[in-house]
Amino acid sequence: MACPPAAHPSPPRQPSVKVILTSAEVQRVVDRIAHQILEKTQGAADTVLLGVPTRGAPLARRLAERINAFEGTAVPVGVLDITLYRDDLRRNATRAVGPTQVPPGGIDGMRVILVDDVLFSGRTVRAALDALSDLGRPSSVQLAVLVDRGHRQLPIRADYVGKNIPTALAESVKVTLAETDGVDEVRLYGEAALS
Amino acid sequence: MIRHLLSGADLDADTAIQILDTAAEMAAVSGREVKKLPALRGRTVVNLFYEDSTRTRISFEAAAKRLSADVINFSAKGSSVAKGESLKDTALTLQAMGADAVVVRHPASGAPHRLADWVDGSVVNAGDGTHEHPTQALLDAYTMRSRMGRLAGLSVAVVGDVLHSRVARSNVLLLSTLGAKVTLVGPPTLIPVDIAAALAPGTAVCYDLDAVLPSTDVVMMLRVQRERMGDSYFPSAREYARRYGLDGARMRRLPEHAIVMHPGPMNRGMEITPEVADSPRSTIVEQVTNGVSVRMAVLYLLLGGNNR
Repeated sequence: MACPPAAHPSPPRQPSVKVILTSAEVQRVVDRIAHQILEKTQGAADTVLLGVPTRGAPLARRLAERINAFEGTAVPVGVLDITLYRDDLRRNATRAVGPTQVPPGGIDGMRVILVDDVLFSGRTVRAALDALSDLGRPSSVQLAVLVDRGHRQLPIRADYVGKNIPTALAESVKVTLAETDGVDEVRLYGEAALS
Repeated sequence: MIRHLLSGADLDADTAIQILDTAAEMAAVSGREVKKLPALRGRTVVNLFYEDSTRTRISFEAAAKRLSADVINFSAKGSSVAKGESLKDTALTLQAMGADAVVVRHPASGAPHRLADWVDGSVVNAGDGTHEHPTQALLDAYTMRSRMGRLAGLSVAVVGDVLHSRVARSNVLLLSTLGAKVTLVGPPTLIPVDIAAALAPGTAVCYDLDAVLPSTDVVMMLRVQRERMGDSYFPSAREYARRYGLDGARMRRLPEHAIVMHPGPMNRGMEITPEVADSPRSTIVEQVTNGVSVRMAVLYLLLGGNNR
């Protein structure tokens, strides 16, 4: 009777890491999105920036700060927590609810720009749109993301994209920001077999 | 996350703080245009009330509805309980209907614990006998934190009929977990011997209300239950009011920042005078508002994920 073949040790796999955007590049990209917002909205009047936690929130604050530096327009900034609107709530352990901060002027009749770090399946944005409609009635909603990595599962697109990164599904994109992680960087993690 | 909420002792400090923080976010919803969240869509919450209660049942009902859960109200009056159905058979019926959570109030201490063995869903104790009422303790803690800015180190006096009070028991357990210093105050006949040590070491007992007032941050007045007044725990309602009732003169002996709480329903003129109940220091109306937010937080944290 043949013994089962000895298990071959699988070839050592090591996650490959590639820096897509460095700190200086992240800042340039944010500057460019701020310019694009000013251009497309003709001066960002009646506009509110709402960041989606975790990293959309500091990004929204930076964009507002850059817009103010470029043209002196004070754009209200807020935070939109989408936890209670997720479509995968009951597939995971209960998620902690984060704070939602709507600027004092509200969002009724305003142009709301949602800000997030990575656009992937589009489900977060879907949840954010639902959350938004419970908060009020904006005149229009736009989407700004630092990175678009593709693989949309819903008919959603961004109005402002910092960088398009073609990725494989198995890869992951990680944005770190000085405010939340100590350093500005965008990294692409993949699994590449060592030959 | 815990599966049931049966006792103030079920919550460690981290879980309790998480509930209070979540409640703060839920409170923001009541100021919005659409006062509803989709988080519990498709879940069923049964309110199983064997005792009369207006505010607790309505509060749980509002909380579940604001989270988009389906709510079934079941009160013992006019149901098959009146025909003699046992708690267990009622539980099995609810189970068969697919209840994801059962909010239960029962005159027998410990009934929610029994119920938790019989149903698959989460059980929330909404008051059992003279035992516990944990969501009341949570909303009291939430109210204290929002008024005083902290819980750790607060001196809280719980005044009145501690013997029969489930509110007092749950509050002692939860507040000591959260670092507050609780003193039980009342006539010796209404404070069980050794209760302080049995519930939470560090809890003090004092039979003289006037002695504790100057060093108290929060006074929590308990309802004197009318049905107990004939049981000779104290000589007369007037004597009780004079020794343990909170009137304007006693309120002025509290520190400047102190607040006055009451779980309701109040006996105005008995344990609390209208002057105190309607003063800016009283949080009685806030407690009702906060109750909905806290119960939303509890239902979300118990039912929001796949915690089975």
